[in-house]
Amino acid sequence: MDFNLTEERRMLQETLRRYLTDRYTTEVRNGIISSEAGLSAEIWAELAELGVIGALFAESDGGFGGAGFDIATVFGELGRAGVVEPFLDTAVLGGGLVAALGDDGQKALLGDVIAGGLHLALAHGEPASRYDLSRVETSVRGDGDDVVLSGRKAVVINAEAAGYLIVSARESGGFFDLDGISLFLVPAGSKGVTLRGYPMLAGGRAAELVLDEVRLPGTARLGEAGKGFAPLMDAVAAANVALAAETVGAMESAVELTRAYLMTRKQFGRPIGTFQALQHRFADLLIELEQARSAVINAAGHLEAPDRDRQIAAARNLIARAGRLVAEEAIQMHGGIAMTQEYELAHIAKRIVMAEHRFGDADYHLERFIALSAA
Amino acid sequence: MDLSYTDEEKAFREEVRAFLAEKLPKAVSDKVRAGISLGKEGHDDWHATLNEKGWLAFNWPREFGGAEWNAVQRHIFEEECALAYAPRIVPFGLSMLGPVLQKFGSKAQQDYFLPRILNGAHWWCQGYSEPGAGSDLASLKTRAVRDGDHYVVNGQKTWTTLGQYANWIFCLVRTDPEAKQQEGISFLLIDMDTPGIEVRPIVLLDGTPEVNEVFFDNVRVPVENLVGEENKGWTYAKYLLTHERTNIAGVGFSQAGLDAVKRIARIESAGGRPLIENPHFAARLARIEIDLMGMATTNMRIISQAAAGQAPGVESSMLKVKGTTIRQEINDLTRRAVGPYAMPFASEMIEGDNDPVGPDYAAPVAVQYFNNRKLSIFGGSNEIQRGIIAKMKMGG
Ligand SMILES: Cc1cc2nc3c(=O)[nH]c(=O)nc-3n(C[C@H](O)[C@H](O)[C@H](O)COP(=O)(O)OP(=O)(O)OC[C@H]3O[C@@H](n4cnc5c(N)ncnc54)[C@H](O)[C@@H]3O)c2cc1C
Repeated sequence: MDFNLTEERRMLQETLRRYLTDRYTTEVRNGIISSEAGLSAEIWAELAELGVIGALFAESDGGFGGAGFDIATVFGELGRAGVVEPFLDTAVLGGGLVAALGDDGQKALLGDVIAGGLHLALAHGEPASRYDLSRVETSVRGDGDDVVLSGRKAVVINAEAAGYLIVSARESGGFFDLDGISLFLVPAGSKGVTLRGYPMLAGGRAAELVLDEVRLPGTARLGEAGKGFAPLMDAVAAANVALAAETVGAMESAVELTRAYLMTRKQFGRPIGTFQALQHRFADLLIELEQARSAVINAAGHLEAPDRDRQIAAARNLIARAGRLVAEEAIQMHGGIAMTQEYELAHIAKRIVMAEHRFGDADYHLERFIALSAA
Repeated sequence: MDLSYTDEEKAFREEVRAFLAEKLPKAVSDKVRAGISLGKEGHDDWHATLNEKGWLAFNWPREFGGAEWNAVQRHIFEEECALAYAPRIVPFGLSMLGPVLQKFGSKAQQDYFLPRILNGAHWWCQGYSEPGAGSDLASLKTRAVRDGDHYVVNGQKTWTTLGQYANWIFCLVRTDPEAKQQEGISFLLIDMDTPGIEVRPIVLLDGTPEVNEVFFDNVRVPVENLVGEENKGWTYAKYLLTHERTNIAGVGFSQAGLDAVKRIARIESAGGRPLIENPHFAARLARIEIDLMGMATTNMRIISQAAAGQAPGVESSMLKVKGTTIRQEINDLTRRAVGPYAMPFASEMIEGDNDPVGPDYAAPVAVQYFNNRKLSIFGGSNEIQRGIIAKMKMGG
């Protein structure tokens, strides 16, 4: 066994950490969060230049990575710095699906994505679907050479910035059937698409989408008709690795901030870190953090393996539990200061906790783990 | 043992319910339920409604215009208010300063300040904490130096809740820097319009401007605004804390929160079935409900003792820890219950009337989850409470 990152990944990690430490300060980031766009085009371009997006794609798709540990390396760093820019949405989900399913014309978009010139968004979740990936009510019907989409999509992250939306729609079958789901590349501003955009609590923006008889040429279809579910699962698996790594990166920052604060904040004439009541709890955070790091390694290392889904369910369940503990305990051990928007931990804690609301919370992944273990 | 309320207590509960049904406007309870700020006016209006009925100062003696309810009546009232989503009574004047003035204030202070708390002319805030003095409150540094018939105050307070609405602040200040920490502190009443005071908002992690920093630069305070004796402020502050900790268990809030999360879980679905039928969710819900049933009875046991004239000791620390933990668990469960719709940040919801993005019950839950992390930090952190419990039982 060898738990070291390859030389290339280590260099990418160092480059990213240095860049984000210098450039992505609390002040800069809080400015981005409260800006209208909710993301910085400048920082997006700079990070693309550093290879952050390229690292998330295989060589055959114009990148130089794309494996589980590439994703984990990049998102670990993004998580440490609390980056709110939508790399998950544009690259892992959107780009991942185009790379997996696109014909040559569609795949030509990837060059732009990797260079930082094009945003994508996955419009899959619906108002009633919660975390159920197969629940798709949005419908599609053929009309001559065209297809016509109708339905609603919920909390579509990065929808406003996206040049294309990847929309899932049901071609056949009942609401929960795995078969019959198709994917479409819908250009921004298509007639019949309405967006209602809004900011999110942990930064970034999303939108509610209404598709009202959206007419597209049949060539907008991404992949085979009715066979969208399996590739969606693949993209979501990669996104889960990214989310797991991002959360653990944020947990590292939360623990580090707490360590520094416990050593410097004085009450009753001594650093609060000298109180054993806090020392033991701080030690527990370190223990859970190591567990969470291992969970990311398990998930990233199995992204291409047969046991993928069970490993990922395990990782996300563990990290959801450990993450909540770290976020809540880090705030508690800081006292009032951690409750303020200005202090770095506030945002980091929000990233950790709100990650649980994407692609399944602790209970959802626990149930998946049980089901997959029984299978 | 008899676990039922007396007939009089039941009748009192009915009276409270009828009052709330008649006097609590739906627009107001809707806002409370949705976590939308009422603003100063909203609070003032509700205080006025209660005051008209004689129920605003329910914990004050009759001679000062209070209702003089016993502990059981207070509990019933607070529980009904929470279940009806009535606004909280703002505690600073009514449950913090009022009792201190009644016990330690001069006749002139009582005559001037108490009626103004009741009629809403004065909105008080609490100036205890400082950047360097949180849990270790007695290390506070804000100085007050006697200069003729004034004190001159210099220093800084922080975390001052709703200080932006306040026109008066009660402060702990250091009057004798030579004495032992607790013995050099005085309790001063300060008009916020006095020159030299600056209030700066602190935005909390959920985006709410709930607390403030208050700076004092050569602020001249008349000596008649000293409460009790100079350098005896710590005694008064501790007395105030025992009142701050009434309703510390927050049983009514937890009950209302639990009802709300059940309602949500009946509407939300997971895997094609109502969330409330999901075994993992149901187990989480049940555990909290079981804990709350236990605490509600502990709370009633302590309230009965208090009604019989026994002062609560270590029990109030226990209720603080358990009560805040349960409330935070409920907030966590509610956040889970709404799924992806916890993610939108409806900043406009906090003070406005815009349409929520998802179901209306989802809009405030993540904000409330983060905001209520404060419950285990303020009013004596849960670590400090555990220290008190251990110390009282083991000495040292
Ligand atoms: C939302 C909010 C509103 C508030 N409103 C007001 C207000 O209106 N007026 C006012 O005066 N104050 C107010 N406070 C301040 C509040 O009372 C303090 O935050 C509290 O006393 C804790 O102090 P601190 O934040 O400085 O934390 P610290 O005292 O620095 O504590 C940091 C951590 O160390 C722990 N700790 C400290 N000492 C010990 C020990 N001996 N053993 C073990 N652990 C220990 C604490 O429990 C905490 O976990 C408010 C605070 C908040 C968050």
